[in-house]
Amino acid sequence: MTAAVAWAKLDDYRDVAPRGAVDFLLRIGERLRGRRLVHVSASRYGRVMVELLNRLVPILNDLGIDTSWEILIGSADFEGIMRTVSRGLMGTEQVVTDAMLARLRAVSAENAARLRLDGDLVMVHDTAPLLLVESRSSSARWVWRYHHDLSSPQPQLWNALRPFAQRYDAVVFSLPRFAAPLTVPRFIVHASVDPLSERNREMPRAEQAAHLERLRVPRDKPFLLQVGRFDRAHDPLGVINAYRHVKKHHDVRLVLAGPPPGPGGDVLAEVQEAASHDPDVSVVSLPPDPQSEVNALERAAVIVLHKPLTTGFGIDVAAAMWKGKPVIGSVAGGIPVQIVSGVTGYTVETVEGAAFRTRQLLSNPELIGRMGAAGREHIRRNFLITRHLGDYLALLALLTR
Amino acid sequence: MSVEPFVFLGCVDLRELLPYEARDVRELLDQLGRVPVESLFCHTAAALLHRPVLPAAYPNDFAVWAGGEMRDQRLAERLAAIDPFASDSMEHVREELVAVISDHLQHFPAPAPAGPIDPFRFFQAHLIPVPTGHQARTLREFRDALAEIDISALFYHLIEARYRLGRRRGDFAEWVASALDRPEVTERLERIDPYVGSLERMRDRHLTVLTGALDEQAQ
Repeated sequence: MTAAVAWAKLDDYRDVAPRGAVDFLLRIGERLRGRRLVHVSASRYGRVMVELLNRLVPILNDLGIDTSWEILIGSADFEGIMRTVSRGLMGTEQVVTDAMLARLRAVSAENAARLRLDGDLVMVHDTAPLLLVESRSSSARWVWRYHHDLSSPQPQLWNALRPFAQRYDAVVFSLPRFAAPLTVPRFIVHASVDPLSERNREMPRAEQAAHLERLRVPRDKPFLLQVGRFDRAHDPLGVINAYRHVKKHHDVRLVLAGPPPGPGGDVLAEVQEAASHDPDVSVVSLPPDPQSEVNALERAAVIVLHKPLTTGFGIDVAAAMWKGKPVIGSVAGGIPVQIVSGVTGYTVETVEGAAFRTRQLLSNPELIGRMGAAGREHIRRNFLITRHLGDYLALLALLTR
Repeated sequence: MSVEPFVFLGCVDLRELLPYEARDVRELLDQLGRVPVESLFCHTAAALLHRPVLPAAYPNDFAVWAGGEMRDQRLAERLAAIDPFASDSMEHVREELVAVISDHLQHFPAPAPAGPIDPFRFFQAHLIPVPTGHQARTLREFRDALAEIDISALFYHLIEARYRLGRRRGDFAEWVASALDRPEVTERLERIDPYVGSLERMRDRHLTVLTGALDEQAQ
């Protein structure tokens, strides 16, 4: 199945991209005009990677690069197997049987016969389509783009899948620390934010206020914000404890916003219990697809905290920095790559560190403005979708020249 | 007399992760003897290409790692003082890096890192030059184009060109000298320190020199 994608033009990014970047990307596009790029993924719905492709595919076509996005089709049992395998590759122990791996191969073979994989470059995203490479033609170059952490996969599972990864011409990881040892070239392409998306677009104050009112977030005091699931990995209780240190010195609120609890692993009840003792702590259950709500919350917050104990790239940090907010983040995943500690916010390793840095910022309001502005510039240069586009064009140029 | 135009090229780059990494200073020394010379370029002169706007940071990745992960300020300062822009070649830079670390280890044998550390991972950058569409025949056209071009063009002409062509100065100063015959402007461009912290700052310094020269020309 070929995915339908949202239309966007590169010119739309002129006001937000770094000086000269859009014209330069147009020039690179001219040089690569006529080449064909095929993306393959398991789904057209989801978060970071899918949102990215939704924007990039039309822009690439607008540049004259014949780009399509193919979607793998599999039955319900296949999707279940894929979830298990994905978790195993990310390091959570799973039971993966030979029959499950055989099913993966069979579904991949069916899809390979059906999908249009005739690109000069075929970019295969994440785990589900990994095995399609068995059916690759000799003329095209194939790249596996893995968006998660492959540094400590379940050994037996990786032993079974590694030979497939080795059949690609290159593998692209989001962070060096996420890369698995492979003998094929490994490139690093960081994640990015789309400044024109609903999550990140400019938003008038009145619209922010309306969202905050709907979410029942009072606006009488400055508020600290953490957006993330109510599970142990996102450490909402640690954030509440950091806030309690801060609250002794500064009259602020804390807003913890996350999706409604899913099955297993949630600590929402504990968070609500901890919050119930302080009317200045708001626990906000976000609606489905809360792009504009999170946009409003981040814009209205004074400081954004992002303190997961483990995470992937953690591109939410860049999204908050793009809104000119200093971010205090943990050292997990890709957070230290995004925060320039002491310049755009701080990286911290403890609850006490988060509290201390928050107090330091609240006591020096000029720092909040300065770090927020520096953070936005840092994101403009390093973590916007325009940079991501340039990286993919570089990959196309390098591998198909 | 017709002037050879200056054609501004930018570059796209991809960073390739190499199968070399170091978990302490001694391993760094060992790996420095093995890695391809392109990797040394990537971590010294080319570090500017991926650097956040941080003028106070050490100017190369080795010094940043020694100071940050190894908490060894003395070594970080000595590594920071190695100037790839003043070296004849990257092999010479390699010799300097090896000499500094060897000497440091003789006097201060490296203790094991106290806690978990992020190892030093070696990269290699693949650069693909692309015309920006800008060119200049006069100093004014040159200044105006420089104000608008993608930042990668500054990297390509000021830093990459020195190593590609084995020259002691970048393309901008070279063109102003050879095509415009303006030795006084050339000298001022040559004097701009590549260690100003970021490519945008280098752009600003160049624009200041060029605008000053145009003002003098107008008087």
